[in-house]
Amino acid sequence: MNANRFTNRSELIGILVLAAFLVVILPLCLDVFRLNLVAKYLTYAFVALGLVICWGYGGILSLGQGVFFGLGGYCMAMFLKLEASSVENTKIQSTPGIPDFMDWNQITALPFFWKPFHSLTFTIAAVILVPGIFALIIGAAMFKRRVGGTYFAIITQAVAAILTILIVGQQGYTGGINGMTDLRTLKGWDIRPDHAKIVLYFFEVGCLFICIFIAQFIRHSKLGRILVAMRDQEDRVRFSGYSVANFKIFAFCVAAILSAIGGAMFALQVGFMSPSFVGIVPSIEMVIYTAVGGRLSILGAVYGTLLVNFAKTSLSESFPELWLFGLGGLFIAVVLAFPNGLAGIWQDHVQPRIDRLISSRKPKAESAWTDNSVADGAPAE
Amino acid sequence: MFGEYSIGDLGSIFVMQGFAGLILFSVYVLMALGLAIIFGQMGVINMAHGEFMILGAYVTWMTSNLFQSYLPSLFSGYFFLAMMLAFLASGALGMLVEWVLIRHLYKRPLDTLLATWGLSLMLQQAYRSVFGAREVGVELPQWMLGSLKVTDSIEVPINGVFVMALTVLITCAVAYVMYKSRWGRQVRAVVQNRIMAGAVGINTAKVDRYTYALGCGIAGVAGSAFTMIGSTGPTSGQLYIVDTFLVVVFGGAASLLGTIASAFSISQTQSTLEFFMSGSMAKVLTLLAVVGILMLRPQGLFALKVRK
Amino acid sequence: MLIGHQPKPFLLAVEGLTVSFDGFKAVNDLSFYVEENEIRVIIGPNGAGKTTVLDLICGKTRATSGKIEFRGKELTKLKENQIVKAGVGRKFQTPSIYDDLTVFENLEISFPRGRTVFGALTFTRDATVRDRVHEVAEMIFLKDRLDMSAALLSHGQKQWLEIGMLLIQDPDLLMLDEPVAGMSVSERAKTAELLNRIIKDRSVLVIEHDMKFVEDIAHKVTVLHQGQILSEGTMEKVKNDPKVIEVYLGH
Repeated sequence: MNANRFTNRSELIGILVLAAFLVVILPLCLDVFRLNLVAKYLTYAFVALGLVICWGYGGILSLGQGVFFGLGGYCMAMFLKLEASSVENTKIQSTPGIPDFMDWNQITALPFFWKPFHSLTFTIAAVILVPGIFALIIGAAMFKRRVGGTYFAIITQAVAAILTILIVGQQGYTGGINGMTDLRTLKGWDIRPDHAKIVLYFFEVGCLFICIFIAQFIRHSKLGRILVAMRDQEDRVRFSGYSVANFKIFAFCVAAILSAIGGAMFALQVGFMSPSFVGIVPSIEMVIYTAVGGRLSILGAVYGTLLVNFAKTSLSESFPELWLFGLGGLFIAVVLAFPNGLAGIWQDHVQPRIDRLISSRKPKAESAWTDNSVADGAPAE
Repeated sequence: MFGEYSIGDLGSIFVMQGFAGLILFSVYVLMALGLAIIFGQMGVINMAHGEFMILGAYVTWMTSNLFQSYLPSLFSGYFFLAMMLAFLASGALGMLVEWVLIRHLYKRPLDTLLATWGLSLMLQQAYRSVFGAREVGVELPQWMLGSLKVTDSIEVPINGVFVMALTVLITCAVAYVMYKSRWGRQVRAVVQNRIMAGAVGINTAKVDRYTYALGCGIAGVAGSAFTMIGSTGPTSGQLYIVDTFLVVVFGGAASLLGTIASAFSISQTQSTLEFFMSGSMAKVLTLLAVVGILMLRPQGLFALKVRK
Repeated sequence: MLIGHQPKPFLLAVEGLTVSFDGFKAVNDLSFYVEENEIRVIIGPNGAGKTTVLDLICGKTRATSGKIEFRGKELTKLKENQIVKAGVGRKFQTPSIYDDLTVFENLEISFPRGRTVFGALTFTRDATVRDRVHEVAEMIFLKDRLDMSAALLSHGQKQWLEIGMLLIQDPDLLMLDEPVAGMSVSERAKTAELLNRIIKDRSVLVIEHDMKFVEDIAHKVTVLHQGQILSEGTMEKVKNDPKVIEVYLGH
């Protein structure tokens, strides 16, 4: 029994390795363009992290995480867009001071729901609260009525479809299919030049580690164990006096908020937000990041996201027609052969060898048995 | 929004929109039938269903081209052969997929969803490589063009009537197979108690394979019908998959009647709304209504109350 | 809540309970009463509605009509977790334990503290929890398996673990659905011993087919047939009831 509430020793080493990789190695090895690319990938890692809690532990597969990524991203983008649409920047428009796409769509005044986004404090609150409350509503409606599993997955997918159609259709208010482009400054600080990209990268990595610690805290709390328990024996948990629905709602909301933080980071890093990150296709791609990393592994989610996105960028640059085959094959391979993803492979094949290597040097080393906790757990079959 | 139309106009609008809705209804029903068999009977979420449909559409397109080039005299009848070929092609692919992929995942329904999504991506890319990224349209034989004039202000296209007749026929055939034939009884036995069905001598693996193949085959026929009302591209199928799933879930997964009723109500709502607002808002409202109702009544429109 | 002439209040009063599944009445106008510290066994042929009765009491199935009163609370209106909080514990027919967790963690989850979302987040494994888990583990013969993954336990051990999970919950009414089914002879004897120890200071409702076992523990037996009570009383009385003999031996 490990008394430490956040992490045990081998996990701490894992976190330090990841920190060294993201904070030291990557910034030293990559130019600003590539580093910005990594930053873009890492925004999806927030989503993947949320899916580990919601899907990996809780067994709730959401195929609509793009919705929350999008809500977070759009909240942030609305703030940045308003700042970029100051009266002097937009004086050539027929109505100066409103975002350009509104002007193009013959809208002459800022809609009421845009107005609060002049405030950064409100925006940050909205990034967390809007997706959180939306997830709460969906989750409460579904889980209180015992809708779960495949039904839940389909409903979340429908929600993703609805939101995409809505964003594309209401282009006067949302920028339509092109999204919100040409985001420039954050409180007067230009987010476009190279040095800003580097600062934003480190800021993002910092946020990511905060989220990793939150995820670790949840996983090592009793709540984490209840999620795992619920995944297999929902009734037993219910008849042990827990409100299963509330725990599911919590996991879903945490996943939604993490996704939204990722989305907000995306708007900052990449300088635009569009409906192509909201819909069904991106949402299900986000699931594959988690699946590749290992649905039960918090750190695996980060590695999985980076790996799939690197593969996507390099493959779709050089062999665009191969990429869909590759991605499709990846879905199938992960599900059929490696249900626990990279983390599972590490756990089953690499870790034992390292342990053997260490124990052959230090014969009195602790037995590997002390580590058989949930997350490193048995295959889901 | 009704202000600018007279009562008579409104009547005609509803009838015409209603009929347009019926064609959408036909495609929904055909797609949903296959999906309902696979999901309702086997619990497998087949995200590649749209791609099976598109395979049928491509087969139909190829058959029509073949007839045009080599058998122009028989062109007017090509559709019937195309439909059969579409059924066989999609069914055969379904059987292969079941053997390679699905049978390993029966205990993990959420994983079938991911795996079949992967399959759908690969199929899309395969279509793009083989048939090109451009959408292809099928040339209809002469007798299917034109429309029937019912009254002065109401006319209905012949191909629409044909697709509907086809839908009714296929639905009846499926209902017969599932509820009256010996094989349908076996399928339902496997659904209700897999172990027991195996113990009384039903080859459950074979039943699974043929059920999956049947569902995919019907999707192929849906693809054939689809060529009459839209053009076919590598990703056309994906556009329908979520709608169709909602149709199945909304109807109550295991109920054939429910599937038809829900396809009817969803398609009629959408096409009636489409007249009064943009297509995208009509779709948003329809989907919202469906999701809203599903939140209030998650078991769908038709479901039995049983001890679980 | 007193029922007129009864000097002692009932712990559980089931009155006019009916549930129908699409017209089929699995339980039909059923009434029975369980006293404090009573051990009641429900027997009956397959399909008599035994498990459904337990489902109805613990809220897994909703009654079509009728009342279930427990300590003055109307259970039919409560949610499952509220019923547990009221003091009803339920063991399922097949062992329902958490395979992915250790035996310790299995028991810990049932410890009645930190049952809300926030409570579970801030729950700490203090000395009280640890002592209680060890105490229960000793009772259910799993003391030296606390750190083992529950998936590795034998069938009998899994049944004990689930009983232990109920024990740590400390319910006033314990409902057991075929606790010795599928156990070996020695496991059966050990389970009987275990049950005899844990049924002190609480009421127990047991479904069981093993007549020897029933005779050992029952204060009173209720025989269900087609969703209705066929006979009720001591084992001796029930055994000699011609209606019971007819149902059990008649076909």
